[in-house]
Amino acid sequence: MTVKQAIFVHEFPSGLVLLAESMEWLESASLTVRVPAGCNYDPSDRAGLAGMTCEQALRGAGPRDSREFITDLDNLGVERGEGVSSSHLSFSAATLAANLAPALEIYADLILRPHLPEDQLEASRNVVLQELQAIEDEPSQKVMQELRRQHYPDPWGRPSQGDEAGVTATTNDDIRAFWNTHCRPDGSIISVAGRFDWPALLDQVSRLFGDWPSRGIEEIVEHPAPRSVTHIPHESNQTQVAIAYASLPYKHPDYFRAWGSVGVLSGGMSARLFTEVREKRGLCYSVYASHHTQRDRGDVFCYAGTSAERAQETLDVTLAELIRLKDGVLSEEIDRLKARIKSSLIMQQESSGARASSIARDWYLLGRVRTLDEIETAIDGLTAAGISEYLAAQPPRDFTIVTLGQQALEVRDGVS
Amino acid sequence: MEFRSHRLANGLEIVAECNPDARTTAVGFFVKTGARDETAEVAGVSHFLEHMVFKGTARRSAADVNREFDELGAHYNAFTSKEHTVYYAAMLPELTERTVDLLADIMRPALRTEDFDTEKQVILEEIKMYEDQPPFGADEKCEAAHYGQHPLAQSVLGTVESVGALPVEAMREYFERRYSPGNLALAAAGKVDFDDLVRIAEERCGAWTPANAERVLLPAGPHAEFRVLHKESSTLEYVLQLSMAPGAMDEDRYAAKILATVLGDDTGSRLYWALVDTGLAESAGVGHYDYQETGLFGTSFNCEADNTASNLQMVRDIFRRAEQDGIALAEMFQAKNKINSRVVLGSERPRVRLFTVGGNWIQRREYRSVRDDLDAVERVTIADLEEVLRKYPLSVNTTFAVGPLTALDPPA
Repeated sequence: MTVKQAIFVHEFPSGLVLLAESMEWLESASLTVRVPAGCNYDPSDRAGLAGMTCEQALRGAGPRDSREFITDLDNLGVERGEGVSSSHLSFSAATLAANLAPALEIYADLILRPHLPEDQLEASRNVVLQELQAIEDEPSQKVMQELRRQHYPDPWGRPSQGDEAGVTATTNDDIRAFWNTHCRPDGSIISVAGRFDWPALLDQVSRLFGDWPSRGIEEIVEHPAPRSVTHIPHESNQTQVAIAYASLPYKHPDYFRAWGSVGVLSGGMSARLFTEVREKRGLCYSVYASHHTQRDRGDVFCYAGTSAERAQETLDVTLAELIRLKDGVLSEEIDRLKARIKSSLIMQQESSGARASSIARDWYLLGRVRTLDEIETAIDGLTAAGISEYLAAQPPRDFTIVTLGQQALEVRDGVS
Repeated sequence: MEFRSHRLANGLEIVAECNPDARTTAVGFFVKTGARDETAEVAGVSHFLEHMVFKGTARRSAADVNREFDELGAHYNAFTSKEHTVYYAAMLPELTERTVDLLADIMRPALRTEDFDTEKQVILEEIKMYEDQPPFGADEKCEAAHYGQHPLAQSVLGTVESVGALPVEAMREYFERRYSPGNLALAAAGKVDFDDLVRIAEERCGAWTPANAERVLLPAGPHAEFRVLHKESSTLEYVLQLSMAPGAMDEDRYAAKILATVLGDDTGSRLYWALVDTGLAESAGVGHYDYQETGLFGTSFNCEADNTASNLQMVRDIFRRAEQDGIALAEMFQAKNKINSRVVLGSERPRVRLFTVGGNWIQRREYRSVRDDLDAVERVTIADLEEVLRKYPLSVNTTFAVGPLTALDPPA
């Protein structure tokens, strides 16, 4: 049902990978650059260093100062995005196809010749400190941030913004050292999707990035997660309820079963959490579960926000639904899931940005690109019996729970 | 790309931008009703009704509606604004008939008392959720102050009191008046077989009976109120400013969009360089919003409380300077490039295009192609921008600040 994809891969000797997916029916092209400089590498007394580095990296590169850098990208009509994840700093750009090549020149400067200007350090610091404060004002973000910290082994659960002490202590030398150590070709991925000419793109990337010297990759040392039940007192109308449990990563042979089981919980309006928590009982406006994958682990995160007086019932009903999954799923639930995923796969082909980020993510998680055909085949192969079998063997359990609001809640069963 | 339109005998209009090369189809019912069409006693009824529309019909239960949308694999949702209520779905083209059947059916909802009582709890939770997150309901309060006695002062969400006290009969009465077929448009974008769409609409909607769904249009005047709302638990201070701007019927609206981009786009704008790049604010922006007979420039920023007064002064100075000295050519070209790129990127997805096609139709009964919009942006001159600044000075505005501050002086 999906169109045959034209996917190009080029691996440079330095370890840099160039991925491209041709979508010639589009007028746009999108680019993502991921460098392995995520907040996992923040030193313990510099939490937020990767975030500060990202902020400083955009303040001038190559022949352009800070203002020229942003202005030139704006003039190319580039829709920019930057993000810090556990593993990577990511830069994304979407624009008209004709502007891809000049945008790529500017991004090469960003990666290889950033100014990291000392005189803008305080401005960058203030931006990041205010981001930290803004999260304090967003109860739903704050609770999910704490849930990640409680559930993932450190450093995988760190918030990308770091903490006030780390951001305050960061010097420009720290940023330069961080960039020089972690911004390297081995582990970096450049992906392009949309309308482009592959030989020309490969030539350009080879010219721009061909001399980028490789460095060794720093191993991550993990520390076990607390995985407890935590309450954060907060003055608010609503209580935020957040729950996590272990699942499977993207690369696991049973991944689609694990992921499909989350689709039964949440996704459409007929999914279990929405039906039981919101539709039947009117307990909350927002309730969901979603599957998150890292390279070596997958987990499910659930959220519900509700009035303090109904929070206990919301937690009880939500946990009961998670636990009930072990009893299996129905074939009509899986049929609905399949229908939704199939249209999503087609809709991805209407967005160069969606495909550029998707192929880069695949490469990081799998070391190859999963084609839409392959995904469709995997989805077609899902059955209620298969997912039920998976859930019977690996039922949701050992929940990590964080609540935020006026009062702590009682967790009645199913917790580690 | 071909535009088609058709009107049923009962007044329902069907419009579509048909793109035979598209991979998906998007359809939506655009209802010309929203908060501005409410009286104060039923504040929030349009939005509550939007939820109730998914709660079943004569031939479907609420669970049936949810289940069938999911069986179609559709990406569907709805939203309510001051002027419009929109129900939409994007799906594979071969599922168009089943999707339109479902959407058309829910446009005649059962509005059962039991469902109403349960869903009221959900709405109350939604109101409380917004009260807990920035700007803590100050956006609706600021608009209420800005519009004074004008119908656009009405809140979309309503309040815990107004929604809590709303009787189901009042919603039924509102529905009968406002969801008249002449007050709706069925819009489509992407891969659309228009003749077939008209046939489906005739079968499913042809029997709807018309009612009189008038809207009161009133001139809106400028306001210049300044208010500080104390919110002790807030960490940052959040500032909102509303000023007059060209409306949906106004040719100036393209110039207004460009002006908002020059002054307050989230990257590379005057506010960006002054407040965000310098780290004086966490974010800052200006947007242009068009209503039927008037429009808004909405300016917002958030920052540490101590910086609020100086940031307010800086924003005031930026607006004054633009009003006195105008806009540079390079700034206008940059803004045009950004807007053009966004228009083209958005047009690649039928589910984005749908909102433009449907929105233009219920606002102006007008079809505008992507090319029309790009051309309109291209035609704007520096003189047009200066004319908008002269007619709609952003420095004359209603300002609300919410956060830890208890007092704040207006900028000089």
